This record gives sequence, C-alpha cells and structure tokens, in this order.
Amino acid sequence: MQGPAYRMILISTLLVVAGGSLFIYKWQVLGFPLRPDAETRIWTVEVTARFEAGPGPIKASFYIPGLTPGFAILEENYLSRGFGYTPGYVAGGRQVQWTRRRARGVQTLYYRVVIYKDSARIESDTTPPFPEVPKVSEPFRTAIEQLVEDVAGKSADPGSFTVELLKRLSQPDRDQNVEILVGAAPTAASIAHTATELLAAARIPARMIRGIYLQEQQRRAPIVPWLEIHDGTRWRYFDPLTGKEGLPDNFLQWWSGDDRLFAIDGGKDVDIRFSVKSDFMSPVEVAQRRSDERNSLVEKFSLFSLPIQTQAVYSIILMIPLGALTVVLLRNVVGVETFGTFMPVLIALAFRQTQLLWGILWFTLLVSIGLIFRFYLERLRLLLVPRLGAVLTIVVILMLVLSIISHQLGFESGLSVALFPMVILAMTIERMSVLWEERGSREAIQQGLGSLLVAAICYAVMDMKMVKHLIFVFPEMLLVVLAGTLLMGRYTGYRLVELYRFRELCKRPH
Amino acid sequence: MLAWAKRLRSGGVLGLNERNGEVIQRFNARHLYPLVDDKLRTKRLALAADISVPELYGVMESQHDIHAWPEIAGQRGDFVIKPAHGTGGDGILVVTGRTSRRQRLYQLIDGNVISEAGISHHVSNIISGQYSFVGTRDCAMLEYRVETDPFFAAVSFQGVPDVRVLVYQGYPVMAMVRLATRRSRGKANLHQGAVGAGINLASGRTLSGVLGNDIVSEHPDTGEPIAGLDIPCWDQFLSLAARCYELTGLGYLGVDIVLDRHRGPLILELNARPGLNIQIANKVGLKKRFALVDRWTATRDADEKVAIVREAFAL
Repeated sequence: MQGPAYRMILISTLLVVAGGSLFIYKWQVLGFPLRPDAETRIWTVEVTARFEAGPGPIKASFYIPGLTPGFAILEENYLSRGFGYTPGYVAGGRQVQWTRRRARGVQTLYYRVVIYKDSARIESDTTPPFPEVPKVSEPFRTAIEQLVEDVAGKSADPGSFTVELLKRLSQPDRDQNVEILVGAAPTAASIAHTATELLAAARIPARMIRGIYLQEQQRRAPIVPWLEIHDGTRWRYFDPLTGKEGLPDNFLQWWSGDDRLFAIDGGKDVDIRFSVKSDFMSPVEVAQRRSDERNSLVEKFSLFSLPIQTQAVYSIILMIPLGALTVVLLRNVVGVETFGTFMPVLIALAFRQTQLLWGILWFTLLVSIGLIFRFYLERLRLLLVPRLGAVLTIVVILMLVLSIISHQLGFESGLSVALFPMVILAMTIERMSVLWEERGSREAIQQGLGSLLVAAICYAVMDMKMVKHLIFVFPEMLLVVLAGTLLMGRYTGYRLVELYRFRELCKRPH
Repeated sequence: MLAWAKRLRSGGVLGLNERNGEVIQRFNARHLYPLVDDKLRTKRLALAADISVPELYGVMESQHDIHAWPEIAGQRGDFVIKPAHGTGGDGILVVTGRTSRRQRLYQLIDGNVISEAGISHHVSNIISGQYSFVGTRDCAMLEYRVETDPFFAAVSFQGVPDVRVLVYQGYPVMAMVRLATRRSRGKANLHQGAVGAGINLASGRTLSGVLGNDIVSEHPDTGEPIAGLDIPCWDQFLSLAARCYELTGLGYLGVDIVLDRHRGPLILELNARPGLNIQIANKVGLKKRFALVDRWTATRDADEKVAIVREAFAL
C-alpha cells in the first residue's frame, strides 16, 4: 500500500471513530433522539405561596418534588425576591428553606418545576424497618386493636389488609371503632393518616404521600393524598378513599409523611396555589436540558448552547458539507459537469425555500432572461468587471420584477425568488454566456442542465428530514462526512461517463 | 458496467480521476505550472533553449495598452492575439489581413470582419482576465500567425492543425494530429469539435481519427482521408517534444506543435494537464506505455529518449 493512501485510510478511520463514538454517546447515554418525529410532553408546575409577613425573621420551609415515580425533573427555578433559599433533603422528601431577616406586607414565593414522563423512574427507597406500634391512650387503643384484629382476620397479606382497612375507614356506615378514629366527616388525608397508624399497629410500614394530578391546564390543582405501604418487597400505592391499588399515570408525588406542605415562622394568612400547564417539547430539547443538568461537557460545547438565531443559521450551514460530498460524488464518480464547483450546493440551498419544482422554474427563468441581457451587453463591449456588475444588477432587478409579477398573479412562491444567491446567478450567467460564445450553445446548455441536475440531487439529499435531523442533532457526523469526502479524494477509478467516453476502447480486447 | 470498467482497466486506459490523482499530482509539481500556464514564460524559456516557437511581436499588459496593438502589429497584415493564460484555445483571435485600411477593418480567419475597436475590446477582455483560467488579470500576446503547411491545409477545415505529443518523463509516449472542423470553428481542440487522429510514433504515419468520442476515417468537412498520412519532419516533432521536458521538468506534459509552411515545426504551447482523448485517437491506453517508461532510466538525453520510444512504440 502506498504512503498517502495508507495515511488516508488511517485519518478517515480516526474521523469515523471519533464522530461515531461521540454520536453513540449522545444517542445512548444522553438520550438524544435518532428520529425527528415524536414530541415529548412536558408539564410545568408552578407553585405560588403568598403570605402576610412579620413579625420577626421569616423562615419558610416548603416541600418540593424529590422522589417522583414515573416522572423526571427537567429543570426547576426558585423565584423569591429578597429571600435566601436552600434546597435540601429531609425525612419527607426534598424541601426548600426560604429565609429573610425582615419583610413587610404580602410576600410571594415562587417555585417552578418542569417535568416529563420517564418510566425508568421508580421508587428507589430501601426497605423500611418495621414500625413501632403507636402508643395511644384509651379509648383509641381498644378501637385500634379491635379494628386491626378484625381486618387481619379478613385478609391474607399486607396488600389485602390495606384494601380491607381502607374499605372500613371510608365506607359511609362506619362502625363505632372507626368513628372514634377518623371522626364523623373524614377527609382523604385524615383517612390516609389514620390508616398509617393502623398499619403501624399491624407492623406494616406505611406512609402518606401527597401530590397532584397533572392535567392539560389547571389554575388551582388540588393536593391529593395517597397511601403508600411496603409489603416486604416493594412499595405499593392505594387510594385512601376507594382502596384501589396503583398510582394513576398522571399523579406527581410531591412529598411524603404527615408534615404540612408549607411551614412558616414569621408569617400568616398563607395561600398556596398549584398551577399546571402542559406543553410539548422536542425530544432534542429534553435531552439537551437533561445533559445540561448533568453538566455534561458535550452539552457545553454543543450547538444548542448557541443563541436560537445562530442555531437556525447553522441548521442550514451544517447541510453544506453533505451537499459538497454529493457534488464530489456526482463530479468524480459519475462525471457530471457543472458551472462552478459548489454552485449547485448554493442553488440547492435556495431550493429549500422555494421548493424543488418552483426553484427549477425560477432558476431557469432567471438564467434565461439574464442570458438574453448578457448577450446584448456583449455588443456594448464593456470591460469585464463593470459587465459582471451590470449582470448582477440585472439579476437583482429581474428578481424583483419576477417577485412583483408573480405576487400580482397570486403565485406566492414567486416571493421566494429573493432567496436565490444572486452573485452565484450572475456568475452562472456570465460563465454560461462565455461558454456559449466559445464552445457553442450545446455545451453551454448541457452544462447548465448538469448544474441544475446536480443542484436538484443536492437538494434531495439535503432536504431529507432524517438527514437534516441527524446532522443538526449530531453535528459530529460531519467528521464522518469529512472522512467520506477524503476517501473520495483518493478515488482514482473511472468515472461513469468515461465508460461511455472510452467505449471505443472497450470494444476490442487489447 | 463493471465489465466495461474491467475491460478499460485491462486495456490500460487512463481515466480522469487517475490522471489527476496519480499522474499529475505525482509528476507535475505545482510550482512548475506557471512555466506552461503562462505562455509568455513558456515562449521565453523556449527561446532561451533554442527551441523554435512562433515569433512574439509584442505584449499588452494593462488596459492602457489596449490600443497599442496596431503599433506592435505595424505593417504586418496577419497576426494572432491571444491570452497568455488562456485555456483550451479560448480567446485566440487570428487576423489574416486588412480588408480596408481606411475603415480600419480586419479580416479574421473564420471569414468574419472585425473593426479596430473590436480588436481593442477583445484585447481589453483578455487583459481583464475573461479567458484566464485563474480568473485574474492577464496579458495579451501578439505574435506571428502560423501559416499551415500545405500538407495539412488539404485535410483541415480552416484553422491551424497541430500535433499533440504526450510526453511522460521526457519520453514521447503518444501523439495525435488535431484538425479543425466547421464545428470547432477553426480551433484544433478536440472538445470543441476538432477531429483527431492517432500517430504511429515510429513512422509518423496517422491512424484513423476520432471525432468527439467516435472513430472516423475521413475529415467531416473536407472528406479527405485522415488515416495513412505521413507527417513531414516527424523527427523534429518528436525531438522538440522531448526537449520540452527538460525545459519544464513536468513529468506529464502535452506539447502542441504546428507545422509552419516557412519555418517547419514550431512549439505553440505546452499543457500541464493534457486531456485523455489521445487514447481514443490511438485506440491504446496510456498506462501500458507509462509502465514501460517507468522501467527505463530517466537520465537519457532527449534524442536518446526519442530513439528508444520509436523502437518501443512502433505499431
């Protein structure tokens, strides 16, 4: 193997390995999506805590989502002017402490969290110890003992025990024991609370969890209690009011235990509101934010860290190397002749805006009319640069006229004519007319059509949805494109058109 | 299709990619290109080495000079104006005489008439780089108009037929004669429609011709047979071509030689990227000949190289 060829293969392999491994990392580990379709649903939950400040220093503790089976947190913000905040873990989950030396009047604290469904998230608590039997005085003690004994006799395991217990607690015609424990008008929370005590008496680990139902749009989402028990192997969830097992899909666990959501020192008249808004986000964005949270280096140096307008520009620019590779293939392997090496790529970029058929139509129209003017300019015997300038000016005027006429006629696609690269058009017209004079119309038209064909193929390649998505989300694929281009640079075999060109030499075996 | 490619490969046919990637890039150092791309430099080099070229009357280098040509041309009625950096014979204006001294009209070789201003405009276009393949400013050369030897005049339709000799490492490996046609508009370039005919290197006798990519045996316009002509002064053609290698150092070189009725073979221009149609004209692939040359030593002088080639490539 020769030196340069060997080095070429080495470099290309390195490029493919580098691009490919980064691609696989982003795809598999960071979860960037391979397919452009499918949007991910996200929910934004906003909690507003409003209270009257004073007297004295303010210290507010507020539960925030920590363990959220079925959901993952994308991002969260704390918004509270003048307050210091410290998130941390406590027995009931996560809590944020808002503190302030002094304040006056109505204060508002905001907490905002964006979450998405992540079925990989499950309750990951370790097995809890068996609870102590609660120490209570009479008449509760007898009531509890009787009820537990009664329910235990009708159940086989912690699960069925819980179901039976909840049925007893929530049925309308309660017996006396139940009445003593939960009162005359029990709420879901009080039932759940009582159930945990009764379960503790039966030595079953249990706790109340609270959360909200995620819906399309809610201005005031109610806090809903659920009962969670551990049956020795895993946590199980029960609706305290019905005894039905299993968390609904849209239940977002907020905290657990009997604590209140919001506790405050130095404040009163607390009003807390949960509002929920559902939205859709591209999976790319979700993956990107997620790696943001991870503080991944890949993310820091990614396209998505750029301003959105710059991203939009790059979404086009990143396709150019692919167009270039297409041109390389068409020129060096097929052998199509074009005006200017990469002119078809730029024309193809314009086609993205105009759509293919209209693009070809407008391009042909502009070049043909431009050529007529250019042939006339030839007679004026202008110097080269002024002539090029004149052609450019004519092209611009033609674009304007075509836009106006087509707009008047109701063809809105004519407006996109303005997106054609006019300098490229002017140069194409100039080169085509020179070729026309020098080599005749046949060759000029042939090369013109060749350019158009290559532009159309480039467009088809660069407009593939899948390709666009892959290159934009995984720009490291450009290294693979580069490797391909480099390899094409060492292709010394025949071009397809040469098989025809040298057909006379094919005929006889030599 | 693969079968075709296979047959071409077994025939040793050189393709464009291989020519560019393996031959030109390896044997033609880039810094040597200006020697042949700039026809003015080529001409001066050739003169210094005592190689015959058409006489240079003058050069116009800036837009100031565009009206200088009548003075350079002087009393001469026929001359050629061409860009120093032209390619493919583009931008060459062949003036054969004056039709009317009073109206300052000139006769062109294709039968058209051009005014003095028209020629000046052409000079201006050349200088501003219209025909220059590098796209930058160029200069226009005014030189002796080659008068075709009667031997070629009979078979060519207007224009100046020339002989293209392909020189590999200083060994002329293949040659063809190129005859202008009506379609090529007096130009001797194959891709412009001129007809080409391979030449037996040993004897200087022409083989059948090629028009476009097709093989022909007669000139399409004159109807004269193309094959079987014995080119006069063949020795000189080969030796001129071989010496051009020493002049430029380019390992893959196309040498274009014309046969002037008064002065014999003259080097018209050199080409660092000669085309591949010569293979069709000769019905032979180049690579086999290259392989043979690769086995020979490069340290022979031009005449020895010609001698060994005439022996080896006799058909």
